[in-house]
Amino acid sequence: MFENLSYLALQQYWWMIVSLLGAILVFMFFVQGGQTMIKSLGKTDNEIKMLVNSLGRKWDLTFTTLVTFGGAAFASFPLFYSTSFGGAYWVWMLILFAFIIQAVSYEYRTKADNFLGAKTYETFLFINGLLGTILVGTAVATFFTGSDFLVTNMNHSIWQNPYRGLELAFNFTRYETFINLSLGLAVFFLARVLGILYFFNNIEDETILARARKQLLFNALPFLVFFLFFLINVLLMDGFGYDADGVVSMVPYKYFNNLIEMPLNTVILLLGVMAVLWGIYRGAFHYEKCGTKAIWFTGGGTILTVFALLILVGFNNTCFYPSTSDLQSSLTIQNASSSKYTLVAMSYVSLLVPFVIAYIWYAWSSLNKKPITSQEMEDDHHAY
Amino acid sequence: MEHFDMALVDWSRAQFALTAMYHWIFVPLTLGLSFIVAIMMTIYVRTGNELWKKITKFWMTLFGVNFAIGVATGIILEFEFGTNWSNYSWFVGDIFGAPLAIEGIMAFFLESTFIAILFFGWGRVSKKFHLISAWLVAIGSNLSALWILVANAWMQNPVGMRFNPDTARNEMVNFWEVLFSPTAINKFLHTISSGYVLSAIFVVGVSAWFLLKHRNVDFAKKSMIVAAVFGLLSSFYLVLTGDESARDIYHTQPMKFAAFEGLDDGNVSAPLVVIGFLKEVPDPRQPDVDRFAFKIEIPNLLSYMVALNSNVFVPGINDLINGNEKHGIMSYYEKIDKGKLAIKALGDYKDALERKDQVAAAENLKVFEANYAYFGYGYYDDPNDLVPSVPMAFYSFHIMVILGVHFMILFIVLLVLLYKKKIEEIRWVLYIALWTIPLAYIASQAGWVLAEMGRQPWVVQDLMPTLSAVSNIDKSSVVVTFWIFAVTFTVLLIAEIKIMVSQIVSGSKNEGGH
Ligand code: HEM
Repeated sequence: MFENLSYLALQQYWWMIVSLLGAILVFMFFVQGGQTMIKSLGKTDNEIKMLVNSLGRKWDLTFTTLVTFGGAAFASFPLFYSTSFGGAYWVWMLILFAFIIQAVSYEYRTKADNFLGAKTYETFLFINGLLGTILVGTAVATFFTGSDFLVTNMNHSIWQNPYRGLELAFNFTRYETFINLSLGLAVFFLARVLGILYFFNNIEDETILARARKQLLFNALPFLVFFLFFLINVLLMDGFGYDADGVVSMVPYKYFNNLIEMPLNTVILLLGVMAVLWGIYRGAFHYEKCGTKAIWFTGGGTILTVFALLILVGFNNTCFYPSTSDLQSSLTIQNASSSKYTLVAMSYVSLLVPFVIAYIWYAWSSLNKKPITSQEMEDDHHAY
Repeated sequence: MEHFDMALVDWSRAQFALTAMYHWIFVPLTLGLSFIVAIMMTIYVRTGNELWKKITKFWMTLFGVNFAIGVATGIILEFEFGTNWSNYSWFVGDIFGAPLAIEGIMAFFLESTFIAILFFGWGRVSKKFHLISAWLVAIGSNLSALWILVANAWMQNPVGMRFNPDTARNEMVNFWEVLFSPTAINKFLHTISSGYVLSAIFVVGVSAWFLLKHRNVDFAKKSMIVAAVFGLLSSFYLVLTGDESARDIYHTQPMKFAAFEGLDDGNVSAPLVVIGFLKEVPDPRQPDVDRFAFKIEIPNLLSYMVALNSNVFVPGINDLINGNEKHGIMSYYEKIDKGKLAIKALGDYKDALERKDQVAAAENLKVFEANYAYFGYGYYDDPNDLVPSVPMAFYSFHIMVILGVHFMILFIVLLVLLYKKKIEEIRWVLYIALWTIPLAYIASQAGWVLAEMGRQPWVVQDLMPTLSAVSNIDKSSVVVTFWIFAVTFTVLLIAEIKIMVSQIVSGSKNEGGH
């Protein structure tokens, strides 16, 4: 079946899978967003406990999505993996660090003799929510704005900037830095919006929910501002395109042209953005009627939007990881991918994905029949 | 010849070793305890006896504490391939990536989804579904180990691939050869069974402590029976697969084999050193140097073990370096020459392509392909650089094996005492069981030290030396991240141990429940 596809079609298929994983990851960042609000939404110990437990049942899934995203990127586009991870060393290390401290925090926070104290673990969760979202968003923005690296004829990558990726977020003499950061901040505020909508759905406690409702617009607004700043800049700027021989050049309005040349993707993008906004609108102004459903609109919309943005930068002869030091070193889904054989083998495995999604869905819905209440926190022996 | 920053290489290795060893403190317990918990829960569901529910919950809590930190340390390893070993990531990515992606899709989600059911499912889902979840967690965690071990096995014994000079990497040509290579199978089976044994020792040891304190006697005995039976069965398996691994290494990594057997000069009818102490020798490469200060050996056994024939020749380190015509062994000197030819031909091939000189390109390609099997040797001039640390390999192997025998005897003794209902009387056995817990961790770490240090200087056997695998970063960055990880992991480990101990103590006071 997959053997009959062309190499390019397989590369596109895998770019779509990686994009989908990235998109699901951003949706799952509601855990991270929620973590940054534990202290502002919960005032008493029991309230904090409910919030932590509500997120605590999902964190592992977000984490697993991140790991799988990394694995899929390594497997299908290894040159990207070696270039970006080995190059933007500090960015990835900070992201990793933010996730190490998350993993233990839920489990250890309330246990006796936990060495660091509950407050420290709560701070860990906050740091994870803050750094994880902003840095991942900033890193993804560089898919559009480019980074400083060279790739030799042996396909060894050499980063050209001594700040090892930190320059992408902190070199304020470069306009692109603002574009990068704007996506980072957009992801951060979106994650908080998603976190709020998730609590609407998952927690039954009037005080917490009233606070969460107040926070919704305060986070939705900055999200919109940063996201639009990013999107408008991307659509107006020159992009990195390549021709049939793989020669890379700067193409005016490349991403805008991609919107026109890939109409189906544009429809997905528009649908996605509309769904995100619709969910926020319903959650904010029609809370009584559909507050609990808002997460599905905004969450689904997030998946569509991020997916479409990644397609925008990967398809239609576009370099998805451009080099500003040497245009010809830029990575494309064609020059950075695994061999055809490997892509075919992995494609067979990808057939399992719907099955995986189905059992996750089944498992969660059987566990989630009841939302979290304060009564339950007192009864449950494995509460965090 | 390229210039390599050896300080960078060493720090990168130190960082990887640090994260891998920390990770491996937690993983074996996850691998085995998941099964032990599933077995206990099965007994509970079948008998309906509330004590078994308490037993299940108690061990499950410890499982959860351990699991979280395993996850935390695991994510670094995956990403470190990219951050610190980017040249390697490219060189092997086409093979290594596929198992990793499959692992994510097949195993991680299975584990993380059903773990939530396992912990939060009490009273929320049906007993049957809860039990199935417990087994799925066990299967998921063990499947997670499969793929990464396949990848590791491939580094020990690269098969199923072809080097593509245009992309300068190895490309997979046969997935099944990669998956079912004997090295991969042995490694997987040996590693997971080592996790089972370690977990069994953990449960047995903690239960022994309960008995020593006269707390929850029934609870402790029941836990001990399950764990000792599970541990004993796994030990047999462990020894069998370890033995098979050693035989495999004799064929695929003869230098590692000679190093862990401490064999400088090869022999027909080679003896097996059971116990030995090494001494400092000025130059072990001189003929007839004996590096043992003391040894107990069994004549002929080594030859017999590798080929079931005591007349078989087992090459020593010197035979591999200098070659041995009689036994058809090519010297490292010759391999180095061939490796240099391969490296040069690859460069010339690339140059010729750039000049569009097809004839020269084709010629160089031929030379390259004829010598590719020795590619990695070309990075070296001195064959002595190709010998791993003998004491490291020798001691780690022997410590592991001796402890393996100790564990097996311990399980048997405990089962006999339990059967005779004398377990509480013979307190010194209980003390031994308790103090065997750290030994299980030592054996397990020793296994990895052997596998990875014994492979040096290779990261991919014969093809890629560790020094050419690192990312092009400055040493200082790696030094900083090394210390960040060292401190973080140590703090988290302390937290983990404190929590574990406190859970165990409080569990012992109120019948496992808490
Ligand atoms: C009793 C007889 C044993 C034998 C003959 C044996 C043999 C071996 C060999 C030859 C290796 C090296 C594999 C390689 O380099 O690729 C190995 C690795 C290893 N061993 Fe053992 N072993 C034994 C017992 C144990 C015990 C008791 C444990 C721990 C509880 C253990 C844990 C490990 C681990 C974790 C590895 C690294 C993974 C691997 O390479 O398979 N072994 N063992």
